[in-house]
Amino acid sequence: MSDGRANSTDPGPPSALLAELTHRCPLRCPYCSNPLELERRSDELATADWMRVFDEAVGLGIRHVHLSGGEPTARGDIADLIAHARKAGLYTNLITSGVLMNEGRLDALIDAGLDHLQLSIQDIDGASADRIAGLEGAHAKKLELSRQVKARGIGFTVNAVIHRHNIHNLERMIDFALEMDAGRLEVAHVQYYGWALKNRAALIPTRAALDAATRIVAEAAERLKGRLAFDYVVPDYYARYPKPCMGGWARTGLNVTPSGKVLPCHAAETIAGLEFDNVRERSLADIWSSSPTFLAFRGTGWMEEPCRGCERAEVDWGGCRCQAFAFTGRATATDPACSLSSLHADMVAIAERESAAASPAFAYRQF
Amino acid sequence: MSEGAGQLGAASVPRLGRGVRLQHDQVRGVWLLLAPERMLELDDISHAIVSRIDGKASLGAIADDLARTFAADRDVILADVTELVGELTAKRIIVV
Repeated sequence: MSDGRANSTDPGPPSALLAELTHRCPLRCPYCSNPLELERRSDELATADWMRVFDEAVGLGIRHVHLSGGEPTARGDIADLIAHARKAGLYTNLITSGVLMNEGRLDALIDAGLDHLQLSIQDIDGASADRIAGLEGAHAKKLELSRQVKARGIGFTVNAVIHRHNIHNLERMIDFALEMDAGRLEVAHVQYYGWALKNRAALIPTRAALDAATRIVAEAAERLKGRLAFDYVVPDYYARYPKPCMGGWARTGLNVTPSGKVLPCHAAETIAGLEFDNVRERSLADIWSSSPTFLAFRGTGWMEEPCRGCERAEVDWGGCRCQAFAFTGRATATDPACSLSSLHADMVAIAERESAAASPAFAYRQF
Repeated sequence: MSEGAGQLGAASVPRLGRGVRLQHDQVRGVWLLLAPERMLELDDISHAIVSRIDGKASLGAIADDLARTFAADRDVILADVTELVGELTAKRIIVV
């Protein structure tokens, strides 16, 4: 819908809201996408705050809400939040680890209007999965929930985060998604920010392993067309061109943290010098249209060479601002994942060196 | 188990896919099909077809109903219905 205006600095309304309801989670995955500085329970938005945020989101034109975390079901009001979001007109997607769920809770959430559930798995071997999640018994709970979701018939996506400790099990993960009647499988190679960046040497696969995984997904996507949809996220260290992160800065969606901060993407706080508005003080519509942080890298005006004037400027939007900042200290630099960046060779060298060495121990996520 | 537009016929019975929902959007005044990570805006004709998909009615029955309601040629309508359902089946929005 926004394609017709893609050249302008006005991307139209956002389509999705990522609601990080809490940073609390029983799992301790070493690639957690939450920031290193986790927000405390005492700072979390109240039920009424979230309900107002959902109403504002609908008014702004948002249609999908992704209820995420941390573990969103750690909040006691999750069913009320789903009911309110659904009544407001949002498509409700619960992004969960599944470990706090049981049959009664699942039914309560479905009764409240849950449209879709996305379940993470850490691996397909239970012992390995529990070791990666940092929680014994986690995988068994996930299997149980999968069977319950399958029987209920709501929309179901399996999300598998891929790295050097589970990449060899990709085919079995595809079989699992089929067995559980999932309509979608997200094969998401770890993206290296926050906790994952800290654990990069323990996670990044070799280029050969990545290439094999990419072939497996391409073959399966073709073979299973109409039955299982794939969403494939590649690790951009080995890429030729960077990913169009978030479809471009502040173009398609926004993220609200447990304490109400509004971010253009979940990693945006890693960029020093940006200030984030809070839903307690400003409306989502106001923030989307005029927050200095949202305007900072929207469109192409902020770009430096080689992004500036590049024919791919509006294809990949300069890649990822957070990664550019992490590597160069300047958020306006070209993402080093791009082969046109002067730092790309360094990035590839890091990936090759770390993936070839023995894996260090995980630094598990912790408060 | 290849299912696709190629096998669709008047006897096929379509239903909305798992996690797919038809909703009237009060902000924009349009009908939407909402699905995981996706949203389709329906025009009046598409809405007339999709709103008759209930997991029980066949494509033929839907075409009969539309032909009566809009006093139009049934065979032309069946072709339109089959085409739309074929497109949405390929996207997994509808399953047959």
